[in-house]
Amino acid sequence: MQAVTREILINKAAELLGNGTVDRVFGWKKGEFSYDVTPALFTTREAMDADFVFGDFCGANFSKYLVAETRKEGKVLVFLKPCDTYSFNQLLTEHRFDREKVYVVGIPCSGMLDTVKIKAVAEGIASVEDNGDRVTVHSLFDGDVTVSRNDMLPDRCKNCKSKKHVAYDELIGEDGEVIDSGRFDEVEKLEKMTPDERFAFWQNELSRCIRCNACRDVCPACTCEKCVFDNPDSGVENKAAANSFEEKMFHIIRAFHVAGRCTDCGECSRVCPQHIPLHLLNRKFIKDINEFYGDYQAGAEVGSRAPLVNYTADDPEPAEAVERSHHDA
Amino acid sequence: MSMKNIENNNETYRPLIVAFCCNWCSYAGADLAGNNRLAYPADVKIIRVPCSCRVNPTFILRAFQRGADGVIICGCHPGDCHYTSGNYYTRRRMSLMFSMLDYLGIERERTRVEWVSAAEGAKFAATMNDFCETVAKLGKNKRLEDLRCKQ
Repeated sequence: MQAVTREILINKAAELLGNGTVDRVFGWKKGEFSYDVTPALFTTREAMDADFVFGDFCGANFSKYLVAETRKEGKVLVFLKPCDTYSFNQLLTEHRFDREKVYVVGIPCSGMLDTVKIKAVAEGIASVEDNGDRVTVHSLFDGDVTVSRNDMLPDRCKNCKSKKHVAYDELIGEDGEVIDSGRFDEVEKLEKMTPDERFAFWQNELSRCIRCNACRDVCPACTCEKCVFDNPDSGVENKAAANSFEEKMFHIIRAFHVAGRCTDCGECSRVCPQHIPLHLLNRKFIKDINEFYGDYQAGAEVGSRAPLVNYTADDPEPAEAVERSHHDA
Repeated sequence: MSMKNIENNNETYRPLIVAFCCNWCSYAGADLAGNNRLAYPADVKIIRVPCSCRVNPTFILRAFQRGADGVIICGCHPGDCHYTSGNYYTRRRMSLMFSMLDYLGIERERTRVEWVSAAEGAKFAATMNDFCETVAKLGKNKRLEDLRCKQ
């Protein structure tokens, strides 16, 4: 269960709208289904009372929306969960928006539920009731099903890296701590496989890609105005299964372009309609960077120099580095 | 016609190697290897770049896509970059890139970074001989190819 309720957030937003601190509010709105929550902009208390929601399906990271939102007049209020604040800082580091035009309210997060896992439990989901440790899924065809909440968390929340807000103007509730999570366990498991097994694993995953570009569009690190994948001369196909190489090319380049800037928010895997574990590509880069060049968490502070635009004279040689990532495995 | 048939019958597999060479060191090193009559396989196709850090990881994937069996990047020794620090960036980028290719199950011997100075013609030839041999042993690049680009 989330520590803050919809009412607390609406009251806070109404207060800030009322005293003129902000003139619009970025929040979550009901979608077609209870688990289908979409980001939305509110300007009045009435609109919020009608549509504003907050709950276990409000996983969307709002940081990237601020790039477009801050180009407008006035100041916007945004609610950020701890992991969103890392993306927020990373975007600030890259000068992607004006900090003065955003009012950040940090909100605690106890992990968001994974719609894919919920859907696997029961068919025809009417609503989901969160009772803390257990989650009851009310469904049309399978009745009420109660499951452990922890089992319904996506990988990014199961291996949550931080409950601590790294950027905010105001905080609702208590701030947490950076967590020593087991987020590289999956990567290590893959590293221990033979090259043939790894190739088979990734072939199986990546060949499902339909090239909807959702992973790119949602990624808070992918904020280029002009993307290499939209350039027909880039040599990267824009259609799924255009050739036997298309999806590998796309996913390697996508992950490489955010290497050293990816905060590991896990949005790519959340939005993937084909359920490809894309965060495992990003985490491999994060893990390698930590091992080769020292621990680095993108977005932990504003203004830090990303590892790929930095160097030292005694960095490991590429051959040595690849070898090393193997022996550690 | 008959000559061609004979050739085809005796055809042995030759790998296609793409070598990105920096204009200031390795390209001159290749030139020196030639001047000194040091032999290295004709399977190596050299692409001259202003600096090894000009090599975008996409170039490597594109080379594989278009039928290369191995890609090698040659630059000035760390500390000797014509542009002061370009090859340091290359080193970091390629470390991560090669590690990622390895993670995806692509044979890691297919990619390499070597530092070859303008005075190291012998090293250039030896490196290319060694790399060609390694890649030839691995055989054709199947995992990163685009079937349309193969004949």
